[in-house]
Amino acid sequence: MVGERGWRKTGWVLLFLLPSLSGLAVFSLTPIVASLGLTLFDWDLLTPPRFIGLDNFAELFASDDFWAALGHTLYFITGYIPLVLVLALGLALILNQKLRGIMLYRAAFYLPVVSAWVAVALLWKWIFNPKFGLVNYLLGLIGIVGPGWLFDPNWAMPAIILTSVWKDIGFVMVMFLAGLQGIPADYYEAAAIDGADRWQSFWNITRPLLAPTTFFALIISLINSFQVFDQVWIMSGGGPAGATTVLVEQIVKNAFSYSRMGYASALSWVLFLLVFAATAVQMRLQQTWVAYE
Amino acid sequence: MNVKWYRFSLVSAALALVAGACAPAATPVVVENTVEVPVTQIVEVPVEVTAQPDPTAAPEPVTLTYFTFSAAPDHLDHLDAMITAFEATHPNVTIEVETAPFNEYFTKLQTLIAGGTAPDIFELNYENFVSYASKGVLLDLSSQSAGDASFAADVYYPRAYDAFSLNGMQLGLPATFSTVVMFYNKALFDQAGLDYPTSDWTWADAVAAGQQINDPAAGVYGLYSPTQFWEFYKKAAQNDCEFFNADKTEATINSPQCVEALQTMVNFVQTDKVMPSDADMGGVSDGDLFKSGKLGMIVTGIWMFSAFEDAGFEWDIVVEPGLKNQATHFFANGVSVFAATQHPQEAWEWAKFFTSSPEAATIRVEAGWELPAVSDTAVFDSYLQQTPPANRQAVLDSLNFAIVPPVIERQSEMQDAVNKLLDQVKLGQLTPQEALDQAKLEIEALLK
Repeated sequence: MVGERGWRKTGWVLLFLLPSLSGLAVFSLTPIVASLGLTLFDWDLLTPPRFIGLDNFAELFASDDFWAALGHTLYFITGYIPLVLVLALGLALILNQKLRGIMLYRAAFYLPVVSAWVAVALLWKWIFNPKFGLVNYLLGLIGIVGPGWLFDPNWAMPAIILTSVWKDIGFVMVMFLAGLQGIPADYYEAAAIDGADRWQSFWNITRPLLAPTTFFALIISLINSFQVFDQVWIMSGGGPAGATTVLVEQIVKNAFSYSRMGYASALSWVLFLLVFAATAVQMRLQQTWVAYE
Repeated sequence: MNVKWYRFSLVSAALALVAGACAPAATPVVVENTVEVPVTQIVEVPVEVTAQPDPTAAPEPVTLTYFTFSAAPDHLDHLDAMITAFEATHPNVTIEVETAPFNEYFTKLQTLIAGGTAPDIFELNYENFVSYASKGVLLDLSSQSAGDASFAADVYYPRAYDAFSLNGMQLGLPATFSTVVMFYNKALFDQAGLDYPTSDWTWADAVAAGQQINDPAAGVYGLYSPTQFWEFYKKAAQNDCEFFNADKTEATINSPQCVEALQTMVNFVQTDKVMPSDADMGGVSDGDLFKSGKLGMIVTGIWMFSAFEDAGFEWDIVVEPGLKNQATHFFANGVSVFAATQHPQEAWEWAKFFTSSPEAATIRVEAGWELPAVSDTAVFDSYLQQTPPANRQAVLDSLNFAIVPPVIERQSEMQDAVNKLLDQVKLGQLTPQEALDQAKLEIEALLK
């Protein structure tokens, strides 16, 4: 029940929330709503917006560039998600042990997460450099002539995926670590007494009890990877020959290079709906494989 | 653990993420770009009211904002000197300078105009000028120039002056120009026992010399002139290829002349093997490659003079080689007045002073801040005497062959589309003919 005291309390809470709420309203909510309206307009910032109905969407779905960017984004997602989840889980299992200096290892793997994308992308651009880079040097030592990586349309996206996995693996690992540590040790003890080997206890204890964490890691990685941009922009600029153009890059180009604010807004909302749909599907699917304790 | 709570928190966290995802998805870098673009207020010279003996008779004080990309960071002092000279003769006018780096400048300018806080006068390069001119945001200066007895259009280099007019309106005044020339490494030419390039060279001559200089094992290449939009339209013009017909209704970029020009460029890497591929370059810039003594010849802008000054070898410049005829780059920066400025007359005075006055031109030449787009070559005397390069005259000689870039309203889109197709040619995914057939379709879609 909200008595007089309760209302007063709510008033105070609102008062203290006001600064951040007004910021949210002005800098996030308004642009979001405005961008929805803008999808129906042709606007170059210099001349007044012109209402064109759904033309932006019609153009978008007929545009080769959009479908190419969507294809590359999905390519990125299918390469990135399994890699980052599996490797992060493996890493979490290894680092979930009582070893000397374990904190140091955990911190080391987390370091890329807090590094700026620009620095990471520039570093990996060098690592993948076909002439002077580390990767092709190491491949050369075992007698393999490495590809042109970012200069080769077939290898540019794999290079970007590997870089992204390296950068994000620590983040997903920390989530898995937290999940692993939430599993009571008694279960493993009981299983061991019953004669279960390591694989059996992983499969029958860790896997199901970690499912909520896995689901969370999957959703958050999926949302982030739909919005892949920084690494692409810096490492390949969408090239070579458009082999790595992605959706957010198309949005930025149309908005700020081509001054097509309406079209860019339409692209943004299509991206939002894609993310929303993908998440909704995952939410639905979780009932089949995620059981909450 | 409380099951319900856990489940609730997980679902709500996921929902929050989706909602959060929508903010960046809907407006990816709008906030970032509009907020973070640094605008530096550099100069603020107060109106000197005391200089006016009779305040009642004095014209009303006027403050104008001038927005520029080329002044910062190296030439703010020189701009300041020009403003001081201008304000001395226009005591009621104060010029406030705002700057942004080139790659953020146009985003910022668009935002200022859209937000109703446009600067009174702003700098535009020629390629962007056309986009702005057709949007009706630039003041037609014809009425100002007609009413100004002290103004004569022939003070400007004619091609530069004409570049800033559209449909009979003078929508800007040319301020500076730069040209692109061929730089060559004298040491590598000497080593190969070759004569230095001359201004009547064709690309066949350059390739022949390049093959003598070439030494891929040592990482030394004959020449560099990359297959991208800027180099292509110039080689195209050298080969009598036009990107579109005269009234820009049809693209002619797939004509035999154009295909042949592109083939010549691709051959540099693929068959003549005098030029490094992108992968060979491995991310090293062409300028750095030349400066490290590993390029015989490079086609690049005269803005590289200072960068090459301390190269450890002798170099010089020459007018760029041609194909059927010669054609050279001509880059112009101009100054335009915002159509809705409160002070068109004062803005005109500043634009005129900044672009054509002997005071401003002299400051500019002495500072090496590009070249003033004026027709009186006497201004360039002190510039021509500086070395290196010894053959600075080639900078002005190049003007004889200067062409302006093919420009349409949707310029960036055309450049990106053509560059992507040129990339595909470089990678062997398309032949020059296929790429240019496709370019014709894409350009025509943009012309509509």
